[in-house]
Amino acid sequence: MKVFNVYMTGVGGQGIGLLAELLARASDHAGLATKGCDTHGLAQRGGMVASHLRIGEGAHSPLVEAGRADLVVALERHEALRALRTMLVPGGTLLWYDASWQPLDVRLGKAPVVETDEVFVEAKARGCEARRVFLEDLDDPRRQNIALVAEIAAAGLMPGVGPSHFKAALGDLLDGKSLAENLLILEGAKG
Amino acid sequence: MKDLGSMLVGKDPFSELVIGNTAVVRAMIEGGVRVVTSYPGSPTPEIAEAIKAIPRERRPFHFEFSTNEKVALEVAFGAAMNGHSSVVFFKSVGLNVAADSFVQLSLMKILGGMVVILGDDPGANSSQNEQDNRHFARMAAIPLLEPATAQEAYGMLLEALSIARRESSVVILRLTTHVCHAKERVHFGAWDEAALDPKPRFDPDAANYIPLAATVFPLKREALARLERLRLEFDHSSLNRVLPGSARRGIIVAGTARLSLADCLEGVADRPSVLELGSIHPLPRGIVRDFLASHEEVKILEELDAVLEGDIKSLAYDAGLRTKIVGKVDSEEFLGEYVPEKVRAILEATWPGLLVPLAAKAVPSNPPGTREELPARPPQLCPGCGHRSAFFAIKKALSPEDITVADIGCHTLGYLEPYRMGQVLLSMGHSTSTASGFSLFNEERRVLCFLGDSTFFHAGMPGIVNAVHNSHNVTLVVMENGTTAMTGHQDHPGVARNFDGEAPAIGIRAALEGLGVTNIREVDAYKQKELTALVKEAIAEKGFKVIIARHPCMLKFSREARRKPGWKARHVEINQEGCSLARVCVSDFACPSFQRRSDGSIEVHKDLCIGDGSCKQVCPSGAITDEGGAK
Repeated sequence: MKVFNVYMTGVGGQGIGLLAELLARASDHAGLATKGCDTHGLAQRGGMVASHLRIGEGAHSPLVEAGRADLVVALERHEALRALRTMLVPGGTLLWYDASWQPLDVRLGKAPVVETDEVFVEAKARGCEARRVFLEDLDDPRRQNIALVAEIAAAGLMPGVGPSHFKAALGDLLDGKSLAENLLILEGAKG
Repeated sequence: MKDLGSMLVGKDPFSELVIGNTAVVRAMIEGGVRVVTSYPGSPTPEIAEAIKAIPRERRPFHFEFSTNEKVALEVAFGAAMNGHSSVVFFKSVGLNVAADSFVQLSLMKILGGMVVILGDDPGANSSQNEQDNRHFARMAAIPLLEPATAQEAYGMLLEALSIARRESSVVILRLTTHVCHAKERVHFGAWDEAALDPKPRFDPDAANYIPLAATVFPLKREALARLERLRLEFDHSSLNRVLPGSARRGIIVAGTARLSLADCLEGVADRPSVLELGSIHPLPRGIVRDFLASHEEVKILEELDAVLEGDIKSLAYDAGLRTKIVGKVDSEEFLGEYVPEKVRAILEATWPGLLVPLAAKAVPSNPPGTREELPARPPQLCPGCGHRSAFFAIKKALSPEDITVADIGCHTLGYLEPYRMGQVLLSMGHSTSTASGFSLFNEERRVLCFLGDSTFFHAGMPGIVNAVHNSHNVTLVVMENGTTAMTGHQDHPGVARNFDGEAPAIGIRAALEGLGVTNIREVDAYKQKELTALVKEAIAEKGFKVIIARHPCMLKFSREARRKPGWKARHVEINQEGCSLARVCVSDFACPSFQRRSDGSIEVHKDLCIGDGSCKQVCPSGAITDEGGAK
């Protein structure tokens, strides 16, 4: 099987750790060779963070090469555009949660904010598929990562990894009320 | 939900998807380690997080966060001298702190054996440099093993422990950032729990333990002899292996560069042979010599410094080999992590046409009609961070030409726009002493420095004692947030907890007074006007002055608050009618919760704001209020 590369990105504090752990565990539950790598440390303090996931026997390094991600999963709009430029392979899929956490230069008025349309336009120009996720009724921002996992599961964006695998992954990591609430989002019952 | 702690202390073999930092904890358990010590520093703190997952009563070893890396190493050494196998782990630059005792270790007969786990950081992902600690192994005559994957990290720690115990000595396990944090399914062995032998077995007559003058030589001779024994052993060890390929070209490689190389060689028809090294010091000369001799041309693919290269070239010279050896060809090869892209570029320069070309990028870097550049997103202080209030307030008390000295911690981020507080940084605890130097022959520019609370205990005190003793004209601001925040909220001696539970809190004020500091002020960092006034006062006075600017880490505080029953999200809001668009909240205070709307007005981002309200006092028109209207 050809190696399938997933690059995840967002802003420190958005919950990329859980997202990355879920995708890696789902791939592992599907019986696929799985390697991953996360960002830890200072970068988590409101900076750009990234996680890597490589699926398939031919993957050796846990890091995805620049421009070689088959799927980019972004938790934030500015980071979605950045990863589209630097990490996504031409023809790949960009999935992002359309939250906007403005970088300092945007807040200072030194750079224009990235608008949703800008992501669609640039993805099209690069021959990539763009899939936006945004749940109006999601009251807890810490669940945005699960909304993305739900879309990956429902649309089959990770070859060979199905909804039951994502559900099993969630069960590895959470229990009680938190598991129940996240399962609702995963199964599309909410949003 | 999976219970990692129970898995780690299970008796039977098992496999699990884990990061390298977790995998080494199982090796500590299987390997019979009795004492583990550390000082937190990226990329290693998740080792302690995995240890924390094990309930105290089921953990078979003592664990502590010690005051600093040197202390941690010495505690581990003392325990091993009594016969208890020990492990100490810390980050790359932590070895500089520990070095004074570390360099003595190979001279010691260490009954229980000890392993030093180093978290090196090629690429300086979360460090102030990317120093290559393999140099330290050579200098201190200590064997060094280096894995490339989480599975190998587990296996090599077991091997290192076995060597250390057999040799009554010390071994280094060198991890790098992307071994510590690499995730894969790791297969673990059984744990055959041995009963604890609590007898303190130190025998002062078993060896010479006081290296002085002439007694150093026999000890050094033994350390060198041990290296030669291991060198021969490593020639036949599974730590090193040859992946056969072309008889013409060969590559010698170690660490994560092995994985990047394997990626680059996928699909290559005439694959070079590869010698993968896991024992870095001492170099297994036999296997390297045979590999050189059986190839016409050998590339040494080595991340960071040319450590192997020097050893391999001198070996080739001594053996009279005619093999063409290609080491590093320019200074760029000494820089950064050997990620697949970097290895690809190096191989393409070494042997053009070897690799399968990647499909060309179909699209230019910026398609027409798209923006040139994206705004960067460096790390920043969290919403509600007391350091933000402190920097905002302190800046008001200073003139632009005053000198501010940074230290290590979250507050290092004060150097960024818009605060620009803390203009120079060396290392943990350097700030007071560096500031003392800045104050000499300097009547014009006032000198102020910062220090975090964990760092105060780690390495901050000698500089403070010096400033008192030598009457330096410096103002120190201790940024006390009650935790070691940057590395994941570890407790430190200033709080009433250690890793296992309650502990006496060593108050910073009391410590300062004990060190002879007489000019001390304290303030909550959220009280900005008061802090500005205190800094103005202090900086106008002669001598060494300390201001303790205290506020709990709000990331830790709000995470804990969220877990309590009845917690409700709180936010501030902006009264748009009352807002004069001065935008001080964005331009000077710069809490990331304040976002700019397309019309230039400011709104509060509810995903980010924690409702701490430290921003309300910065608004000149009083337009920031608690949600619901309270000012």
